[in-house]
Amino acid sequence: MAHEEGQQHPLSTYLWVWLLLFVLSVLSYLVDYVGFEGYLKWFLITLFMLLKAGLIMAVFMHMVWERLAIVLAVLVPPGALLFLMLLMAIEGEYVLSSRLELFFQ
Amino acid sequence: MTRQDTTHWSDEGTMTGDTLAARSPEASIKRMMADWSSDQRVFKQVPWGKAMMWAFILSDIFIFGCFLIAYMTVRITSTEPWPNAAEVFALQVGGEYVPLLLIAIMTFVLISSSGTMALAVKYGYERNRLATTLLLLLTSLLGASFVGMQAFEWTKLIEDGVRPWANPWGAAQFGATFFMITGFHGAHVSFGVLFLIIMTVKVARGSLDKERPGFLTGRKGNYEMVESLGLYWHFVDLVWVFIFAFFYLW
Repeated sequence: MAHEEGQQHPLSTYLWVWLLLFVLSVLSYLVDYVGFEGYLKWFLITLFMLLKAGLIMAVFMHMVWERLAIVLAVLVPPGALLFLMLLMAIEGEYVLSSRLELFFQ
Repeated sequence: MTRQDTTHWSDEGTMTGDTLAARSPEASIKRMMADWSSDQRVFKQVPWGKAMMWAFILSDIFIFGCFLIAYMTVRITSTEPWPNAAEVFALQVGGEYVPLLLIAIMTFVLISSSGTMALAVKYGYERNRLATTLLLLLTSLLGASFVGMQAFEWTKLIEDGVRPWANPWGAAQFGATFFMITGFHGAHVSFGVLFLIIMTVKVARGSLDKERPGFLTGRKGNYEMVESLGLYWHFVDLVWVFIFAFFYLW
């Protein structure tokens, strides 16, 4: 019956992840505060964002301890969003270029 | 689904032992194939309430994902300059402007509430009623203060002249996307606070220990409900991580 007690993990795991989330938040705030620009800024923001999201999903939402059946059921479908993002980025660039060409000669 | 079913499914799952072999990628993939092809309940060892919460979260991922992609699209296509978030969201402290100060505090408040929520789930499963009650209460207080700060932020921006159709600094779409995305997120936090308060009361009066049927659904109380609520709350925090990165920092 032990498994019916659900997800049980040591306190230290939670506290470490909590601390890491704080540190990562400070770092992403610093990216803005220090004033990095361009690709370095975007890269760092995305990196810290994905690390934070990964930690929350993996530990706080217990994903690392779940069976693959539900992990993939949740993580695979949002791949469609990545594809939509790619399409809209391409479309967006095209719309911008035609606006600049047709309205601002 | 009765308790007996749950024990029955878990017999074939070796996750309870949590041995190294059971956690190897090969074993995981084999187990996943077996789960999906079993012509039975797919999500074994997952309470149905939690599986449904994940399904809801998945649908919410699509809503927020589409909002953020819409924001990306209008920002790319806008021929006017996009307002500089670091300046727009700066706060004056002692005669000096600190960029994104309020947003940074809001971020820390929400992460703290995620931490207290995770601990509430842990102590719930340990049947520590007092700790769970206090942590849930703390989580709801942090959530409420987040909503309060957001209300302050909205007030300030509206006073500055930001509208969904115009703002003093540049591309008009800034206001539209800002109010839509943060508003939708704030609504999620508000509902979360509401459910947290309900759950705090349930835990405090022992409804979960006594498996008392719920007022609305008649479902028997159990501590898996705290975990499902926790999933929702962490998801709200997760969305904020993306909003913070894409809207405020980008």
